[in-house]
Amino acid sequence: MKRNTLYLFTLFVLLGLVLSACAAATSEPQDGEAEGFTRGAILSRVKDRGKVICAGRTDLLGFGYLDDAGNNLGFDIDLCRAVAAAVLGDMNAIEIVPIPASDRGPVLQSGEVDILSRNVTWTSSRDASWGNFTIIMFYDGQGYMVRKDSGIETQEDMDGASVCVTSGTTTEKNLAADLAFHGVEFEAVIFEDTASVYGAYEEGNRCDVTTSDRSQLAAVKEGFADPDAHVILPMIISKEPLTPAVPHGDDQWLDIVKIVMFGLIHAELLGVTMDNVDEMMSSDNPKVIDLLGDGADWGYSDLGLEKDALANAIKAVGNYGEIYNRYMGPNGIAFTLPRGANEHWTNGGQIYAPPIK
Amino acid sequence: MNLETPSPSRRTLGEVPIWRDERVLRASAQIVSALAIIGFIAWVVSNFRIAAEARGLDLTFRFLKLPAAFPISDPIIPYDPSRSFGYAFIVGLVKTLLVSSIGIVLATILGTIIGLARLSTNWLISRLALIYIEIHRNIPLLVLLFIWYFPIFSTLPPVSEAIILPGPIYLSARGIYFTWPAFTESGRAWSIYVLVGLLVAIITWIVLRRRRERTGKATYFGGVSLLILIFVPLLGWILVPGNPLQINTPYLEGFNFQGGLRFTPEFAALLIALVTYTAGFIAEVVRSGMQAVNRGQLDAARAVGLSYMQVIALVIMPQALRVIIPPLISQFLNLTKNSSLALLIGYQDLFSVARITINQAGRVIPVFFMTMATYLFLSLMTSFVLNIYNRRIQFVER
Amino acid sequence: MTAPVENLTAPTSPGPIVWIRRNLFNNWYNSILSLLTLFIGYFVVTAIFNWVFNIADWRPVVNFPILYLVGQFPRDQLWRVFLSTAMVSLLMGMSWGIWGKLVRPFALSVGAFFGILALLPVQSEILSPANRALLFLNLFLVLGGFALRRFEVLRGRYIAIGWIVAGLLIVLVILPGFRGSAFLPEISTTLWGGLLVTLLLAGGGITLSIPIAIFLALGRRSSLPVVKGFCVVFIETVRGVPLITILFMFSVIIQLFLPVESRLDRLFRALIGMTLFSAAYTAENLRGGLQAVALGQIEAAKAVGMNNVLITGLIVMPQAIRAVIPALVGQFISLFKDTTLVLILGINELLGIGKAIINSDPEFIRLQAEVYIFMAGVYWILSSIMSYSSRQLEAALGVGER
Repeated sequence: MKRNTLYLFTLFVLLGLVLSACAAATSEPQDGEAEGFTRGAILSRVKDRGKVICAGRTDLLGFGYLDDAGNNLGFDIDLCRAVAAAVLGDMNAIEIVPIPASDRGPVLQSGEVDILSRNVTWTSSRDASWGNFTIIMFYDGQGYMVRKDSGIETQEDMDGASVCVTSGTTTEKNLAADLAFHGVEFEAVIFEDTASVYGAYEEGNRCDVTTSDRSQLAAVKEGFADPDAHVILPMIISKEPLTPAVPHGDDQWLDIVKIVMFGLIHAELLGVTMDNVDEMMSSDNPKVIDLLGDGADWGYSDLGLEKDALANAIKAVGNYGEIYNRYMGPNGIAFTLPRGANEHWTNGGQIYAPPIK
Repeated sequence: MNLETPSPSRRTLGEVPIWRDERVLRASAQIVSALAIIGFIAWVVSNFRIAAEARGLDLTFRFLKLPAAFPISDPIIPYDPSRSFGYAFIVGLVKTLLVSSIGIVLATILGTIIGLARLSTNWLISRLALIYIEIHRNIPLLVLLFIWYFPIFSTLPPVSEAIILPGPIYLSARGIYFTWPAFTESGRAWSIYVLVGLLVAIITWIVLRRRRERTGKATYFGGVSLLILIFVPLLGWILVPGNPLQINTPYLEGFNFQGGLRFTPEFAALLIALVTYTAGFIAEVVRSGMQAVNRGQLDAARAVGLSYMQVIALVIMPQALRVIIPPLISQFLNLTKNSSLALLIGYQDLFSVARITINQAGRVIPVFFMTMATYLFLSLMTSFVLNIYNRRIQFVER
Repeated sequence: MTAPVENLTAPTSPGPIVWIRRNLFNNWYNSILSLLTLFIGYFVVTAIFNWVFNIADWRPVVNFPILYLVGQFPRDQLWRVFLSTAMVSLLMGMSWGIWGKLVRPFALSVGAFFGILALLPVQSEILSPANRALLFLNLFLVLGGFALRRFEVLRGRYIAIGWIVAGLLIVLVILPGFRGSAFLPEISTTLWGGLLVTLLLAGGGITLSIPIAIFLALGRRSSLPVVKGFCVVFIETVRGVPLITILFMFSVIIQLFLPVESRLDRLFRALIGMTLFSAAYTAENLRGGLQAVALGQIEAAKAVGMNNVLITGLIVMPQAIRAVIPALVGQFISLFKDTTLVLILGINELLGIGKAIINSDPEFIRLQAEVYIFMAGVYWILSSIMSYSSRQLEAALGVGER
């Protein structure tokens, strides 16, 4: 058993080599060391790879779900597509990594995904530990849904009730804080995935109350066998600014994603839609010309983008309003939800973006 | 030819080229393998340091004192969201320990029954046991867990239409409510009597049994200790003022039953799935253990006039246990580890709480290592304790 | 009085009445037990039949055969899956021809599986007559491969090489494809799913784990403290924690320990997790096999001048592996069942697809029982076939006999 130890050791080294080769095989060529977190690293990675990788979901109607043919659809998915169109010129150059709610922080921290676009509420602690948040793309608030015949109207009525909620979310913390504030004892029933929450609420009689973002409640209520048997209570117990996030450390990538989002918002205000982008190129409005790249440099040269990056993004997925209406508008394919706070500031809403100039 | 493996005595540095010298080879292999492992670890750690620095990951355990702010369903020990992350972790640990320990006891009982049924001379019973074993060994635990939880436990009727079983036991979508004795004010005093009785009974058992082994005279250790076990708590019951125990019947109030002993649907489904699944494996362990005992021993024991029960208790079991215990230990460990699947049906055990903490506190590495270390500690402790027991058995019987 | 061990029956088979009396009604309490069992059994069986054929709504099961088989794999690229299964079927048949009884149960089950699939009485656009024919082809490939044994050129080692080449081709070329290729366009592993992923994870996990397990088992017996220590710590750590934590580590944490610019595929990471987990258990099985090799053989080998590498490679290992083959098959079955856990990482293997189908239509939330019972049936059939095959294998190897 003496000499084979040498061979053993060789085997061991080989194993190490194979492992590192595996890592190297899937890694992109990089010149400097520790490039991954510095300015420009993510963009060059995305360009080499030819794909933007977004953490998303496949189980929430309207925001991230699958159609019959297995394609990824939804508001959050379209934001990812917009970035892919701006950066790579191809809205289909995306890979959606479906992740559970509790993995959102870790996948962003590890830099495994380029964008986290999965109903993420922007909070200070997440901003500090998860990654950088871009701009609020959907203003939401947490609400309660109950059965109509349960007689629950306020939090005080929930004393002793069972409440179904998803784990690893701001929702579960808000729930605890809100009901504690109202001095109500309750039983939390906590599931890993959204589907189990609503399954337990609707199908079983496990819970009296379920709580989540009101948009999500509206979405799932549509899908219930008898939507009219349920009611979303009027109170809003929290702010849920849903915001795409990017990994810490690469300012350029943060700016790129932010500006693409600004562009989508501005396009709606300026009347640029996915169908009229080409015609608008000849518009006399200098703001439109700037947005579409034929005017002043809105920063694209510094960000390493083509000048028509925003034009491509709008051409691919449409402006903010088009994306919203596609899924949640009056004729939305998922459900209908009034714009409300998600109207532009000029229309009394809160959607507002810094100028593109 | 012979030079390939010369005997060590003949081998000196002068005769053998240095690259064939065993000591040199050994030493260099030692050094190189150490370097390789250290190098690998250094590579991993440096990668990690770069990542941690760039993303500002906090690697300290200070966050454990911060309030957790998330609720835990059915926390068993008092918990509310204002308690710390560290305490929440302990709640998760307690829930894991609870379901595993109850699960181990029940799985052993059920597994033994099925294992014995498998050996029954009744063809039907033996086939039935075989079907049970084949079903539970060939279906993934996760599928069984889903079947027990989603279609069965979560679709029980609402509390107002609960199924009432004798007891009364109420079955509803909110859980199983048992009628259960609860301690009254004098209960604490009485429980001391119970404990003392138990202790004295155990000591009596050991002392009398030793004496019998020494002197060979019957000391009736079983009966005497049983008497003590009954008599002392009975004495307490008379001496303690009032009634120490009160039957606590669940009653419907508000959204839920109050009182009684409650198993939440999550706990019940997890427990049943773990017990029935593991019992399938334990049954096979028990069967092969019993079959390992030489049949001649049984005949011999019967021939010298031992009763059937005596044969089982004094001849078969002690020998079968030697074969049964080691694989049984690994089944116990499997059950404990498998309880981590709980998070998929909403029972918040150690792993589930850890996962939420990772997300809410944003501290991946510290929480993850705490979790791994806790499971490792549990496994090593369980196998350590059971191995001591195992060694005793093996020693005594040889 | 009963004995705990079943009586050996007489060599001549008794009549049915005698059999019933002897096995069901040999004393009063067995008689009661038998009657009770028959009585309850009748009600349970009729209730089950009633549920399966009259009450249950099997839509979420029968409407999505392709989803269950390959997940979101692009439908226009399905030929790549067919090609892969065809290669496996042919090789199975040829292995059966070469190794006979050892492989026969596995080969027959593969053939039967595709035969049944081709004749599945469900309506689906994808299960067109052409595709059914393709599935049926697999059955002929198994038999055809077996028939090839007439040609003497086929040698075991060619088949072995064939397996390795086919495995690598399927996993690295045929299924993933290449970026920008028109003929084999890239298919991201996030789209793979269903039984395909379950089998890839189980098969890949067990295959990759064997070399690692050999290393760990030898390392644990090594006289070098560093190597031995590393192996002991590795094996005991992996065996001491739940698989779910290991998968979690490889899904979330591993990324922090690799160079920042690298990004391992999620499915590949799940595979590494499964592999290392399985390797620790296999290593312990293998260690038992190593200890079973008689010391005299090693001494004899030394006496004829073999060095330690030759002894390990030619004398000890072959015997140890032969001794643990049944345990390896057992490990494969439990790995097959354990693949269900990767659904926690968002990978849609068979059970994950079942869950996804339930979520795809609010109506199906009420039909969970059907989906999960179907899942239980599929897993039960597949792993029962495997354990049956492994018992045959055990008998053929003569391992269980003394």
